[in-house]
Amino acid sequence: MQKLLLLGDEAIAQGAIDAGISGVYAYPGTPSTEITEYIQASKEAKEFGIKSMWSSNEKTAMETAIGMSYAGKKSLVCMKHVGLNVAADAFVNSAITGANGGLVVLAADDPSMHSSQNEQDSRFYGKFSFVPILEPSNQQEAYDMTRYAFELSERFSIPVLLRITTRLAHSRAGVTRLKSTTQNELKLPSNPQQFILLPAIARKQYKNLLSKQEGLEEDAFTSGNNVYTDGSDKSLGVIACGLAHNYLVENFEDGEVPYPVLKVNQYPVPKKMVQKLYDSVDKVLVLEDGYPIIEELLRGYLNIDKKVKGRLDGSIPRDGELNPNIVAKALGMKIAEGFASADSVAGRPPQLCEGCGHWDSFGALNEALQPYSGGRVLADIGCYTLSALPPLQAINSCVDMGASITMAIGAAEAGLIPAVAAIGDSTFTHSGMTGLLDAVNRKSPITVLLNDNSTTGMTGGQDSAAFGKVEDICRGVGVEEAHIRIIKPLRRLHEENVKVISEELEYDGLSVIITRRECVQTLARRMKLKHLDKKKANAKV
Amino acid sequence: MKKDIILAGVGGQGILTIATIIGTAALSEGLELKQAEVHGMSQRGGDVQSHLRLSSKNIASDLIPEGKADIVISVEPMESLRYVNMLHQEKGWLVTSMNPFNNISNYPELEDVLKDIWKLPHYVTIDAEKVAKEQGSVKAANIVVLGAATPYLDIKFESLEDAIRTVFARKGEDMVKLNLKALRAGRDLAEKSS
Repeated sequence: MQKLLLLGDEAIAQGAIDAGISGVYAYPGTPSTEITEYIQASKEAKEFGIKSMWSSNEKTAMETAIGMSYAGKKSLVCMKHVGLNVAADAFVNSAITGANGGLVVLAADDPSMHSSQNEQDSRFYGKFSFVPILEPSNQQEAYDMTRYAFELSERFSIPVLLRITTRLAHSRAGVTRLKSTTQNELKLPSNPQQFILLPAIARKQYKNLLSKQEGLEEDAFTSGNNVYTDGSDKSLGVIACGLAHNYLVENFEDGEVPYPVLKVNQYPVPKKMVQKLYDSVDKVLVLEDGYPIIEELLRGYLNIDKKVKGRLDGSIPRDGELNPNIVAKALGMKIAEGFASADSVAGRPPQLCEGCGHWDSFGALNEALQPYSGGRVLADIGCYTLSALPPLQAINSCVDMGASITMAIGAAEAGLIPAVAAIGDSTFTHSGMTGLLDAVNRKSPITVLLNDNSTTGMTGGQDSAAFGKVEDICRGVGVEEAHIRIIKPLRRLHEENVKVISEELEYDGLSVIITRRECVQTLARRMKLKHLDKKKANAKV
Repeated sequence: MKKDIILAGVGGQGILTIATIIGTAALSEGLELKQAEVHGMSQRGGDVQSHLRLSSKNIASDLIPEGKADIVISVEPMESLRYVNMLHQEKGWLVTSMNPFNNISNYPELEDVLKDIWKLPHYVTIDAEKVAKEQGSVKAANIVVLGAATPYLDIKFESLEDAIRTVFARKGEDMVKLNLKALRAGRDLAEKSS
């Protein structure tokens, strides 16, 4: 079969289609978004009737996938690393229930925080939950290991965590497809109690989970995903996990590494492979694109045995993603240098698009807040987080999805009145709604600026679960009708909008101001499609 | 054959289109390819870059090591300078448009930017927007820059032309023609100026 040129994300998507999934569930999040987008755009996926959905959040996505697994079919759930925090309750317990149909959880980590709030390493979640992890190092492995993940999941009746990082997610290379596997038939678990985590049953299920561990480690030894390559120079041995292996190989002509190397792509890492490496070399260098997980295990708390090099001894920087030169330095190799950076280069941070409604919403908010002292706007995650930067400098926090409303409640409790919460429509239905209910129940005197651009903007315009429902939800949780205000963020309506916001800031109770104008990117795309459709229709006539 | 290329610009300037054209041409010549892109937040008017690696042999890293890039191709002059640390000191070429994209308050004097570029041993600076306009539309400025880089790419010009036909096919024959002209104009200019 001819090679396809695919992003790591797309290779995973194609692998999942070919593995015979019946559904994919996700909440958009860089760098994981393109997986679900690829499946949604795939003709084959449509033909095979593969279900797909942008869920309200990662937890609902995870649970939907568990439900599909319960019913005997294979499902994929995708999220960025911080999304796994949201889904963690379901994820950790899914290890206890185990899978029926194959269940694969894709977490895309973002070392160096290209588009994130932290650089947490999802492999910790795998270990914490006693779930096997696959960590491909290139696009072909991403395809192959996605397929292997489903097989492993069904063989051990366990969810499998597939872990990638930004660099693989968003890098393209040739991928060869293999013959497709068919979807499963509907089939309930043979043990009808498998998914009932009553304590008495959960205790049994947990023992069952623990008893699978030895087999999982043995599988990681025999599967061929972890590879030991001997080398003549025993002064050093290298353990290279996932993508890090590429950076190691890059530094040697024709990829011939002189040291013994353990390439790790499947966890739990087989102890005997690590032992073999450890025993045959003087020092060990551990390369991980993320946290020093294996390094910490190997080094031990007291670090009293053999020298282990990596992020903890400073051989490699403690934070940030790896690259070939970082690895070269850790190997003590001479590295090439380019030209010194020029003085005339200024930073060019991302910014809100020209014509974006957020300019007008936050411009009006800034003006309405003029009479008050600063530091009152608790914001959230989305494009509007960029209003923290000059010239707007309109917000004072961004912590996690949905934190704006609840942090505003807390700040108001502390006496910061008025406190403002600024949140987008998709973030609101992701995890802002429950906070709004808290505000209603507490009669909290906060003003919520709900920026409704009718899409999930920052990740490229996926469907927003809030679409057409925002004011109904506000009413439904009990916000007073008189204090649900809708404004259109446009420059020509600036004075009017400032007035509305000022009124609600003065009101000693909960208000929600919905600022509604479609995202300019989504609008442009919609118009383009409309134009194309029209052209097609005309061509037919 | 081995070419490591950094593509640079501002989100929305069409550097991924350049990458797709070079990639399509490289595949047609049977080369291996890896291309690391920037998605997400930076695409909102921030600096973006793509590492494009071509080789007749297996490619390990998705990222080009510092100091080893053969070419920086940029559709914006200041952005081209952002990656000079990646450029090979002896054989590295910098090919850039001279048309600034000014969306920041502290954009330097264009003269200073160009002076810094002209200090490099190997460079091509072109007024890509002017050339693109002469060919029919300023929209093809990115392809003019690609054209100016073709002498240093080690890929047959015909392969790149075919790639343009493939990539722009769904946009209609006019777009194909415009971009083919833009590619050639860029190349002619680079050959004249170097």
